[in-house]
Amino acid sequence: MAIKALDYDTLNENVKKCQYAVRGELYLRASELQKEGKKIIFTNVGNPHALGQKPLTFPRQVVALCQAPFLLDDPNVGMLFPADAIARAKHYLSLTSGGLGAYSDSRGLPGVRKEVAEFIQRRDGYPSDPELIFLTDGASKGVMQILNCVIRGDGDGILVPVPQYPLYSATISLLGGTLVPYYLDESENWGLDVNNLRQSVAQARSQGITVRAMVIINPGNPTGQCLSEANLREILKYCYNEKLVLLGDEVYQQNIYQDERPFISSKKVLMDMGSPFSNGVQLVSFHTVSKGYWGECGQRGGYFEMTNLPPRVVEEIYKVASIALSPNVSAQIFMGLMVSPPKPGDISYDQFARESKGILESLRRRARIMTDGFNSCKNVVCNFTEGAMYSFPQIRLPPGAIQAAKQAGKVPDVFYCLKLLEATGISTVPGSGFGQKEGVFHLRTTILPAEEEMPEIMDSFKKFNDEFMSQVIRRVKKKTEKEKNWRRSQLIKILSPVKCPVTMVEKPEKEEEEECTTPKAEQFRIPQPLECPRAPKPKRRRGGDHSSLVAPTISFQTL
Amino acid sequence: MSASDSSSSLPVTLDSINPKVIKCEYAVRGEIVNIAQKLQEDLKTNKDSYPFDEIIYCNIGNPQSLGQQPITFFREVLALCSHTALLDESATHGLFSSDSIERAWKILDQIPGKATGAYSHSQGIKGLRDAIAAGIEARDGFPADPNDIFMTDGASPGVHMMMQLLITSEKDGILCPIPQYPLYSASIALHGGTLVPYYLDEASGWGLEISELKKQLEDARSKGITVRALAVINPGNPTGQVLAEENQRDIVNFCKQEGLVLLADEVYQENVYVPDKKFHSFKKVARSMGYGEKDLALVSFQSVSKGYYGECGKRGGYMEVTGFTSDVREQIYKMASVNLCSNISGQILASLIMSPPKPGDDSYESYIAEKDGILSSLARRAKTLEEALNKLEGVTCNRAEGAMYLFPCLHLPQKAIAAAEAEKTAPDNFYCKRLLKATGIVVVPGSGFRQVPGTWHFRCTILPQEDKIPAIVDRLTAFHESFMEEFRD
Repeated sequence: MAIKALDYDTLNENVKKCQYAVRGELYLRASELQKEGKKIIFTNVGNPHALGQKPLTFPRQVVALCQAPFLLDDPNVGMLFPADAIARAKHYLSLTSGGLGAYSDSRGLPGVRKEVAEFIQRRDGYPSDPELIFLTDGASKGVMQILNCVIRGDGDGILVPVPQYPLYSATISLLGGTLVPYYLDESENWGLDVNNLRQSVAQARSQGITVRAMVIINPGNPTGQCLSEANLREILKYCYNEKLVLLGDEVYQQNIYQDERPFISSKKVLMDMGSPFSNGVQLVSFHTVSKGYWGECGQRGGYFEMTNLPPRVVEEIYKVASIALSPNVSAQIFMGLMVSPPKPGDISYDQFARESKGILESLRRRARIMTDGFNSCKNVVCNFTEGAMYSFPQIRLPPGAIQAAKQAGKVPDVFYCLKLLEATGISTVPGSGFGQKEGVFHLRTTILPAEEEMPEIMDSFKKFNDEFMSQVIRRVKKKTEKEKNWRRSQLIKILSPVKCPVTMVEKPEKEEEEECTTPKAEQFRIPQPLECPRAPKPKRRRGGDHSSLVAPTISFQTL
Repeated sequence: MSASDSSSSLPVTLDSINPKVIKCEYAVRGEIVNIAQKLQEDLKTNKDSYPFDEIIYCNIGNPQSLGQQPITFFREVLALCSHTALLDESATHGLFSSDSIERAWKILDQIPGKATGAYSHSQGIKGLRDAIAAGIEARDGFPADPNDIFMTDGASPGVHMMMQLLITSEKDGILCPIPQYPLYSASIALHGGTLVPYYLDEASGWGLEISELKKQLEDARSKGITVRALAVINPGNPTGQVLAEENQRDIVNFCKQEGLVLLADEVYQENVYVPDKKFHSFKKVARSMGYGEKDLALVSFQSVSKGYYGECGKRGGYMEVTGFTSDVREQIYKMASVNLCSNISGQILASLIMSPPKPGDDSYESYIAEKDGILSSLARRAKTLEEALNKLEGVTCNRAEGAMYLFPCLHLPQKAIAAAEAEKTAPDNFYCKRLLKATGIVVVPGSGFRQVPGTWHFRCTILPQEDKIPAIVDRLTAFHESFMEEFRD
């Protein structure tokens, strides 16, 4: 038989490099165990409805009516639907040209974009232009569209927080760009230190990288921190000085669990700053129907708003959006409903307010239960989840655990998370999927399991963790001595973060390959600040490298 | 907007964005459509602005925007799945058909936690993929594996995923029909690959000749291009031809011999209008030749946007991926997982179109009546428009055997070509703009699909409602006569 049409070796290298941990090895193993009949608590994805959160009634009523518009002509429709849902369904259908079954404008329905603009204006106190708002199939699609526009090749760098949501690393990798990491400071509750940014940018530039954009995730994923207004000002000023486009991932803006630091949008801070910043910083901010108290992940609805992008660039982004024809229309209506929910006095208002308040208050309590639960465990420290949907405890793995992981051919936190999964059914994501400092290990859980199950989950976690820790500690000879040294070294690491971007080194061992669903395990290494080696030039299958730049490849630990 | 284009102090300007973005083109929503939208706005403010009172969009296969009604059963199921509390209400039985209620229950039972608001498996909900696989099996008479199905937001993201997988640089080529649906050229441009054209033969009803494929393949190889895949659109877009089974066998053999991935765009599989042609899936053709997984890498794309359902706004679709090694499959899964999953109502609808009501079901009669009504009306519209086009001076038009389009050839007089050149535009673009401004009819110039150099075409959908077709024919005919009057050599 002739030539093979497509085998692994001839795949686009960018695809192979791309990694996406949220649905990696842990998730696949959890799915297997579930098939075998084990009860699995999926805390790996911020997917509230999958864990029993009920959808808000009013938006579902409106969208059901839009799905079946013939119901609106039925004299009995009032038996099943309240009058304001019926009115709202008619309103949204009138904004479409042919109902849910017709492609909309590629940027989204003009009427819904207008409602989004009004929402932004109410939220920020500054005008917003519907022409600069594009609706998307979830926020991820928007991030991909914007990064696709920015990244020309591996000489273009994007600043991404570490730990980060792996959408960014995966997309940058797929598009052939370079990820320039900046570290969030765990000891400062995952604060963003601009000095840290400077070092990362200087380092990248010394390697010939043009740093073009900066990503912030506020509230943070997986880290759960809320950025302060002062911090946002610093960031925007920095972007202005360094000519960076700021990509503001603000999908968790409704998910705030403390009162000291409410959510404040990058756009508002930028406008407050006035000229030259307010017209000199390019900003794209992202939002979604998947998070907040909506949690409508399955709808794939989102938008992005562009500030200070030149009209001709907006046109190009429109053109690329048009190739995908249009975002799905029912999710556009969800977005419309999210930005213009029932008002006091509407028939459905009380129920809507009761449902949304119930969800948010429960999330707030769960955030607390979880943080406290983790902090009560041996060798676990956890910052409080100020916002978003995640808890990101640090697991201080003793040398015995690291050794055991090595023997099993696993990255230590993957090893820990797998053991946790097997013992308790709790499915988490190892910190290495989000990026973390060398020798420091985390896991990410969502705070989404049902509140009544929470104490039991934390108990079973604690039981597992404490047993795991005592077992591995017992295995190490001269344990006290080593423990002390280890603790000291960990402490130093936490107190003095290494301010240098990570570079990637190819992992020499092959053992990963037997287990992994994604190949070629690669690992972080943090070089000493003054001795950052130039990273190896990424291997190319053959010609086609448009850039002569030698760029460090940064990749995230395979799961 | 305060930022000006020339402002070089901004990080992102037209000069500094990804050049691949600038390079790609998508004519279906290009210049002509923008003009049309402007005319429509003008008409809203002043009804007498133009010699017509409405814009008729024949540029895009978007049936429901032109008044086509959705299939009731599908929408009943979707409404019930959108608001599942309805299933507990007794009044629901008065408003919904009994089989739609049963089907909604069945679907909800396949979704973990009955949660239609949750992200699903990145390939799509397993139970829905089972239904699709069963539908493929019923269509082809050969087994289909639900694990081969990747559900997508419309068919387009699947095409993008495959291009992403196949293309590393401009050295990677994809064989595409010319004329082609511009998704292919745009996607190849965005991913930085090379479109290797093969020309469909207009004289033989847009026939696909293997000799042409071979010639173009060799030509590309001699230029150092590694041709990775062959894209075939069947039924054809914009060309409307339905491939003969014999021809498909040759194509399968060609891909097998040359080691090409066969990308089969089969989104118009339900849209066949002539009794002498029948749709055969490439998978069925390959399997009936005795070729299995090891012989041919084949990706078949399907969508909820076309067929008799025409549910474009739902963004539902799938690709069936066969003949790939497991390590490649894992890479496809990984790419799908970065986007988490496709939208759930699109997934539900994709399963419904592959498992519609059966004889004996409560909704069967009305379902069949709706389906046949739409398809037979489309067939009549295709015929009427084709005949009208063929009556025009200097216009020849192949019949639309399938899909949703006519792609007439314009034999334009030299004077018209010169006038277009004077306006620095392509002659077919010139014609289409004139047509729009005189009649309000929006069509897409052939240049957007590419065509044999020196020939000129436009693409016109057959989708305007049937009662509007005579008026369209009249306006088009009158316009064409006056155009020829003005430019006849």
